[in-house]
Formats: sequence, C-alpha cells, structure tokens
Amino acid sequence: MLSALFFYLFAIMCVGAGFMVVAVKNPVHAVLFLILAFFNAAGLFVLLGAEFLAMILVVVYVGAVLVLFLFVVMMLDVDFAVLKAGFLKYLPVGATIGLLLLVELIFIVGAWVTAPEIAAQAPTPPAADISNTEAIGLILYTRYVYLFEAAGLILLVAMVGAIVLTLQHKRDVRRQSVAAQVGRTREKAVELVDVESGRGLS
Amino acid sequence: MTIGLSHYLTVAAIMFTLGIFGIFLNRKNVIVILMSIELMLLAVNINLVAFSAFHGDLVGQIFAMIVLTVAAAEAAIGLAIIVVTFRNRGTIDVTEIDLLKG
Repeated sequence: MLSALFFYLFAIMCVGAGFMVVAVKNPVHAVLFLILAFFNAAGLFVLLGAEFLAMILVVVYVGAVLVLFLFVVMMLDVDFAVLKAGFLKYLPVGATIGLLLLVELIFIVGAWVTAPEIAAQAPTPPAADISNTEAIGLILYTRYVYLFEAAGLILLVAMVGAIVLTLQHKRDVRRQSVAAQVGRTREKAVELVDVESGRGLS
Repeated sequence: MTIGLSHYLTVAAIMFTLGIFGIFLNRKNVIVILMSIELMLLAVNINLVAFSAFHGDLVGQIFAMIVLTVAAAEAAIGLAIIVVTFRNRGTIDVTEIDLLKG
C-alpha cells in the first residue's frame, strides 16, 4: 500500500516536472524542473529495487550533466523571449502528435502480455542475499566487461571532443611554451658584445 | 492495490511523449531540445529498469547504465557545440543556423 502511494507520488511529480520542463519560459527553471524529474525517476528506480542506478542517476546525472546544462544556460547571454516566439504556433501540431503517440503507446502497454514460455526461460535472477549493487558488479565486470570498456571509451572521446570544441587560444594572452623553453640554448640566450669605451651600445 | 509493470510503462510512455512534445513546442531553442531528449532517454531508462525488475533479469539495468553513459556523452558534446555556435554566430536559434542550406 505504502509503495503504491510512493509510486503515485514519484510518478506524478516526475510527469509534472517533465511537463514543466517543456512548458516554462525561463530555461534556468526548465533545468531545475529537469533536476526534479530526475530525482523522482531515481525514486521510481528505488521502488523497482534498482538502487545502484538510482544513485547513479542522482550523482552522475543530476550532479554532473544537469549542472553542466545549468552552467551553459547561465553562461550564454541569449534573449530567450525571442526563442520562445513561435511557442503557441507550434502548440496545436505538437499536442496532436504527442497525444497520438501517447494513445498508441498506452494501447501497446495495455494490450501487451508476456508469453508464458518466456518466464520459464528467463535468466536466473540474482540471489536474494546479495545487494543490487553487488549483483550488477558481478555481471558488469565479467560478462559485460567489453561493454563497460566501450562505455569508458565513449566517455573519453566525449571529453576530448568537448575540450577540443570549446578550448580557445586568445592572441593577447601569453602562454607557457614548454618546447620553446626546453629548446632554448646558450647561443640563443646570451650574446657577447664588445663595447667600445665611451660610446655605449646604441 | 499492487503496482504492476504496466504502471511503470505508462509513466515512461508519458515521459517519452512529453519529450517529443517539448521538441515540437520549443523548436527554436536548442537547449530545451537537448533537455527534451534527456527526458526521452530517461523514459527509455525507466522502461529498461522496469522490465529488468519485473522479469528478474539484471541485464536491463546494465543496458540502462550504457544508455546513461551515452546520454551523458551526448549532453557534453551537444552543449559544447551550442557554446561554439553561440560564440561564432551569437545566437542559438535553430531556425537561424542554416549555413549549410546554400
């Protein structure tokens, strides 16, 4: 009973926050509502028994990705009112397509049944005496280790790509050049000049 | 009253639809479009975890983690592209980014 109550709480908050994400004018508020939606989705994950993914969602997604969104939204000096101009013009077509898709999806969910043979063939569930995190670790680092490493590679490429895209060298900022420092020799640095007495250099 | 698989699938369906609705509604603002895509990916993750939990198969959660990874990478690259676009063009209006149209 309590879990049903919490399911409805999390689900309604999640859907409501998701609606506010697309409906509010100010993108900063939209990011904050997205954070709320992700927190409630994490609650749904906890209800489903996937605690590790719930914590990943809160720590990685809310803590890193959405804060990155927040930084970008606050950093860009954009007149968001202009971007919101066609809002009402696209409302009818968006609502129609959204409603159609929602009805289709709900029909699928409502009419969908699992074949009874599947349950017999289902892989063995994790043992009851180990936690969700331990169970995920047991298969993630053994059967799916290549997938895990591919995910790490994707993150590396994304990191390099993001840095390369946004890094800029300004002309008027003097930077350290290690190659120039190491390649400096005595001949380039020191010059011996015979100065005639009483004349000066210039 | 018990909460079944179809309850979670319905929530995920509504979230996915909201994502698509958001893309239609805010088709000028790239940042909100990216956020709508995040909503859709979240819906996909809810689906995966719900199936994983109700069928007793952990692979769904592994796959949800991979989806999370790709979503994070996509957000990072997408935001970097938005920043570079804004630096070069001074706008993030999707309808004005049409240099390739010729």
